[in-house]
Amino acid sequence: MANFYTDNPDLRHHLSHPLMKKIVALKERDYTDAEKFDYAPVDFDDAMDNYNRVLEIVGEICGETIAPNAESVDHDGPTVADGRVTYAPATQVNLDVCRKAGLMGMAMPRRFGGLNFPITPYIMAADIVSRADTGFENLWGLQDCAETLYEFGSDDQRARFIPRVCAGETMSMDLTEPDAGSDLQSVMLKATEQPDGTWRLNGVKRFITNGDSDIHLVLARSEDGTKDGRGLSMFIYDKRDGGVNVRRIENKMGIKGSPTCELVYKNAKAELCGNRRLGLIKYVMALMNGARLGIAAQSVGVSEIAYREALAYAKDRKQFGKAIIEFPAVAEMLSVMKAKLDASRTLLYETARFVDMYKAYEDIARERSLTADERAEMKFYSRLADALTPLAKGLSSEYCNQNAYDCIQIHGGSGFMKDYACERVYRDARITSIYEGTTQLQVVAAIRHVTTGTYLQLIESYDKQQVIPEAEALKTRLQAMTAAFDKAIKTVLEANDPAYTDFMARRLVEMAGYIVMGYLLILDATRAENPASFLRSANVYVNLGEAEVQKHESFIATVRPDQMANYTYND
Amino acid sequence: MSLNIIVLAKQVPDTRNVGKDAMKADGTINRAALPAIFNPEDLNALEQALRLKDQNPGSTVTILTMGLPRAAEVIREAIFRGADTGIVLTDRTLGGADTLATSYSLAQAIRKFGNYDIILSGRQAIDGDTAQVGPQIAEKLGIPQVTYAEEILNLADGFVTVKRRLEHGVETVKSPLPCVVTVNGSAAECRPRNARRVMTYKRAVSPSEKAKLTPEQQAVIDARPALQLQEWSAAYVEADPAQIGLPGSPTKVKAVENVVFTAKESLCIPASDDAQLEQLICDLITNHTIG
Repeated sequence: MANFYTDNPDLRHHLSHPLMKKIVALKERDYTDAEKFDYAPVDFDDAMDNYNRVLEIVGEICGETIAPNAESVDHDGPTVADGRVTYAPATQVNLDVCRKAGLMGMAMPRRFGGLNFPITPYIMAADIVSRADTGFENLWGLQDCAETLYEFGSDDQRARFIPRVCAGETMSMDLTEPDAGSDLQSVMLKATEQPDGTWRLNGVKRFITNGDSDIHLVLARSEDGTKDGRGLSMFIYDKRDGGVNVRRIENKMGIKGSPTCELVYKNAKAELCGNRRLGLIKYVMALMNGARLGIAAQSVGVSEIAYREALAYAKDRKQFGKAIIEFPAVAEMLSVMKAKLDASRTLLYETARFVDMYKAYEDIARERSLTADERAEMKFYSRLADALTPLAKGLSSEYCNQNAYDCIQIHGGSGFMKDYACERVYRDARITSIYEGTTQLQVVAAIRHVTTGTYLQLIESYDKQQVIPEAEALKTRLQAMTAAFDKAIKTVLEANDPAYTDFMARRLVEMAGYIVMGYLLILDATRAENPASFLRSANVYVNLGEAEVQKHESFIATVRPDQMANYTYND
Repeated sequence: MSLNIIVLAKQVPDTRNVGKDAMKADGTINRAALPAIFNPEDLNALEQALRLKDQNPGSTVTILTMGLPRAAEVIREAIFRGADTGIVLTDRTLGGADTLATSYSLAQAIRKFGNYDIILSGRQAIDGDTAQVGPQIAEKLGIPQVTYAEEILNLADGFVTVKRRLEHGVETVKSPLPCVVTVNGSAAECRPRNARRVMTYKRAVSPSEKAKLTPEQQAVIDARPALQLQEWSAAYVEADPAQIGLPGSPTKVKAVENVVFTAKESLCIPASDDAQLEQLICDLITNHTIG
């Protein structure tokens, strides 16, 4: 019986982080729900036991159903006829089993039929599902949208829509249009208010994941005559009302089981969610932050399967009379894959915990006013979450692409054939560094935290923590890397040229990433019951990161603003 | 119409993942080396029961299992998947039972249970592979039986219509209720454990399990009847001591042999030789290898 949760002890390690105690107490309001709901935990241990048991279900479903279905889902894909999407048969099976297992609306409050899980165990489920079938993770993971509906919808909207999501109806976020991709301020879909207070939507959306979902969150222009983001509002479209048809679905390179739709809105009835004009600048930003964490989890899942497939093949495949894993070139590739996997996973859960902390306070603030201390703590974690989310999304998506590439390389010629899962993994990986904001846009979001010192402060807090003796030398090297990072920031900022800062942003953000993840790995080794595997990854990762930091340092020192012309196209 | 559904389930050693230490030197099963699992075909039976419950709101699915006290594990597993409650039939005097004594004991428990509409069980358990217990229970209770069931097509007006999977095809039969239906592994897979049910019922315990808990934990169980599984003894179900356990089991195992399968013969036929190929097919049908 394959179980993708229990076969991976690292997951339980991350779930048992000490900060969870505080997260769960906040999320469970000191366990007061237990009086109202027979499935609410009575204390911390009870809650952790619940997460553990539910993740075991996720792991079993993934190992026994979703992963074995992945090949046929990739082959069959969804179809569209008469404006409606039909999933691949095995996708339908996957969705049914997730519904029956009660894995929809996991993070929603119990009063709406959810499981009231913190983000961290929910994201862990996403990590596991993505390993089983990356494209299916999209369909399942779009339950994220309920979080936005919960945060910004009215009480009435919450009560009408969230229980439906918890019961298994799917969602989509309708943002992109033909002329509004990364630049969502250009969204043109027209929203017109009716005398009865409802709205009508008219126009076209493109590249909408699961665009034939039951409940849509739609970004549309409610303010006639406006051209920027401040004229956009968020709407809820209920498929039961009709008015939105799927004109076509894209023929994609990867995540083929997840239908990517072009939608035509013809006087589609919709209702406003939250306030007018805040659609993009507030709600979609929140939606995207959640989605970015989801893609980070998806990417880690891809890295996991890429590493496992490569490892299994390298042990099995014999050349020159021995298994190819015995050749140093292959073993090194595997070691680096594992280090990138472990690094991106530890950053994922650190980010998830920070998101949990501030979201729990935000939610408490809906019930009562926070104390000054609580407000300060919320702001503290909110800033950290804001800093780590683009880092996690940007870097883990790049790593999973690198791991998928190396996975094929280890398979040699066989990897180029359709016979092994690695070619699907390679295709599925490719989108992760593009959607929900390209890596380049993650850098734009992260660079603020380089220049304002968020990363440096976080690194400082890591540096203050004790590590096991075996990690001391690594810590010293990470301190030197931090000094180099600090110097590189100053070198860039001293040029006092915004274009130059933009040009160097990716390098600086990557430096932050190597240091943050390096520290997290030695802290993992310190906390782990069995530190060997984390220590190994920490060594490999710091070796890699140190060399990369030096490379970036050298590049920044050499390539000064006077070189910018060589990287600019003006004609 | 609400139904009283009984599902017979057995906790068995997982013989599907047999390692080299699965058997003891004397040829008996090394139970310590094999994890105890829900007998697979009993899960198929449970799914049929849960579908009946879905179609007939208000119905109750009760799991009945005979075994060691720890067999309460299969009841919890069934509850996580949608069953309502369960009974462990456990008693030292029931130990060593063959299929005859087992079916007598279970039939006594079912009589004690009383009002039931349909009894479902897996076709056979993977430890003994006899497929005798379900049919024997039907005989002892004097009710009809439908074996090799793949799907319950309909249940209404005191009758159940069942699709049976037979060697050469399918057969649809109709039986009056109550009856025993034994379900094949080819039937629909059982639904997964449900997250919310797992959290709600994870503390469900039988009395002997409850006795090992702290007073605080026991108070939680006492406060919630849904967490109380039942445990019945041989005396409680009014079983005749002579018909249960070892005394009630006429089956005697004379010896157990280890059988190692090896390929001994091979036959080469040219692809072009139609006559020989035809003969081979006839031979294989005659010796029941195919068909």
